[in-house]
Amino acid sequence: MLSGLFKSPLFVTGLVLFGLTLLVAFVTPWVFEIDVDRRVGLAYMPPSAEHWLGTDHLGVDLVSLHVVGLRASLYVGLVSGVVATIVGTVIGVYGGYKGGFIDDLLNSLTNLFLVIPSLVVLILLSSSFEEGRSLTLIALIIGGTTWTWTARAVRAQASSLKSRDHVSLARINGYGTFGILTLHILPYLLSYLFMVFVLQTATGILTEASLSMLGLGPHDSVSLGRILDEAVKNEALLDGAWWAFLPATLLITLIAFSLYVINTSMEGVFNPRLRK
Amino acid sequence: MQSFLENHPRLRHSLGRALWYLLTFVVAIAVNFFLPRLGEQSPIDTLIARAGESLDTATAREQEAAYLKEFGLVEVDAQGNIIRQPDGHPVRTSLGAQFVRYLSLSLQGDLGTSILQYPKSVNEIIRAAVPWTIALQLPAIVLGWLCGNLLGALAAYRRGFFDKGLYPLALLMSAVPAFCAGILLVFLFSIELEWFPAVGGYDDSRLVGFTWDFIASAAHYYVLPFLSIFCITLGHQAIGMRSMCIYELGTDYIKYSKVLGIQESKILMYMFRNAMLPQLTGLGLALGAMIGGALITEMIFSYPGLGMTILTAIQGNDYPLITGTTLLITVTVLLANFTVDLLIGFLDPRVAHGQREKR
Repeated sequence: MLSGLFKSPLFVTGLVLFGLTLLVAFVTPWVFEIDVDRRVGLAYMPPSAEHWLGTDHLGVDLVSLHVVGLRASLYVGLVSGVVATIVGTVIGVYGGYKGGFIDDLLNSLTNLFLVIPSLVVLILLSSSFEEGRSLTLIALIIGGTTWTWTARAVRAQASSLKSRDHVSLARINGYGTFGILTLHILPYLLSYLFMVFVLQTATGILTEASLSMLGLGPHDSVSLGRILDEAVKNEALLDGAWWAFLPATLLITLIAFSLYVINTSMEGVFNPRLRK
Repeated sequence: MQSFLENHPRLRHSLGRALWYLLTFVVAIAVNFFLPRLGEQSPIDTLIARAGESLDTATAREQEAAYLKEFGLVEVDAQGNIIRQPDGHPVRTSLGAQFVRYLSLSLQGDLGTSILQYPKSVNEIIRAAVPWTIALQLPAIVLGWLCGNLLGALAAYRRGFFDKGLYPLALLMSAVPAFCAGILLVFLFSIELEWFPAVGGYDDSRLVGFTWDFIASAAHYYVLPFLSIFCITLGHQAIGMRSMCIYELGTDYIKYSKVLGIQESKILMYMFRNAMLPQLTGLGLALGAMIGGALITEMIFSYPGLGMTILTAIQGNDYPLITGTTLLITVTVLLANFTVDLLIGFLDPRVAHGQREKR
């Protein structure tokens, strides 16, 4: 199955693009000096040999800001992706397998949070944690609100898997609920869960950027969204200072696009119905 | 009554759904009320602290009293005076009582008073913003949905060159986050080329009204935000429709129809009808999410809609306005979901059948 993945040109493209963003985040510091606290020049200085991306409205080197911001965005994506995938999977797989009252309860809970817009919850929560809004807290809040569709999809898969013969056999052999779920149901969902994780990570990165654009970004770190927020707030657009917002815009788009491509190409490989 | 409902499974189903959504609505109101009060400081505390800053004590006290009464935070006697403890501090109402008051007011459609634009009510501010949001987004979403579906179906059916060129493009278009698309459009068309204005909904020097002058100005400002929402909707829809159609094309009924030699256009119609249903759900949900959906797009363009309203509210910690707009967003999403639920029951024979089976 894995060799099938690497034969898909779409998957390889996505992987290469995503690798590119990782390269920017972790190899650039070897080449450039990273310092987001020092003012190296005047406001909105255009790109030069010394500062490849110029400076922001405070005169801070934008290459540094982008590297730190990109790392922060990737971190938010990863943490929120892990949280959302785990919460969604646990709720979905348990409800789907158990059925009955517990399933009804968990399903109602999922649907409840599915219809209440997560952006609303995010706005309300973020605005209440004015002081201690750290990068990690934002990631946790995002993960805690976007797990719903994962739970719904996983539940559907689990409830169809539970009537398979091997699950019945395991039950006869005396496996408990936990054993059946981890040994006999989850392994069948692994490829699917990985796809979900990729998508949740992309969602996390985009959501953090949206929140930052609303002025609800992290207080303790730069992120790609906050670079954009600062640029828009400080009239980089009207000043024509393209270096203050274009690179961050392209980076966010690149990350989201590469993750989407990875996700859809995996769908094509794992779901034979979609294959040509 | 019992037997009447049993004989009308659709009605029974609809009533059940209505009840469920009502419950969800109450939970949403609770979320709206309690989430902002989760933090260390109550929003009203911050507010009073700020209100008192620039005033001398007597006026500050009066203002504080007005706020406390306005937002139902203290016990009030029959004459409308604040009940005070012996040391002069007002008696605070319990959180539960505040919630009951908030719930009853919200159900009556009263969203409270704005803090930043003080005597103005939240309802008033929202009423001024909503038409802009609808005028911007309704056409963009509907047109994007139509074009996206047509292109998606074509890509799935024709495959080959059409699909190879269009699909990655649509994928790229749907991956560009709304705010990035907005920033790119502003940069390209209003800063570099100077074809369209960058920010606002109309030229400030014009009077707002139904004059030719004003409409022309508004139309000029309309192009960029419209394009940015239209393109993203189109990308999303094209991708969804393409995979739906590819799935339908692989099913037995299409293969059988082909073997039977049924006209190609007719087979296409069969496929389109079946692939359309989930897309229709998508349209309903997109329209419901409309009010909250393009907050960021409106923000980038400083469009005078709900997005700007919520942004200024967040920046100024205007809690009544924040919770008012979020409640409105939630209600529209709930209504859209409910409508789609009911519509699907009527349109999809399988779901309708399921409702009849259940009784």
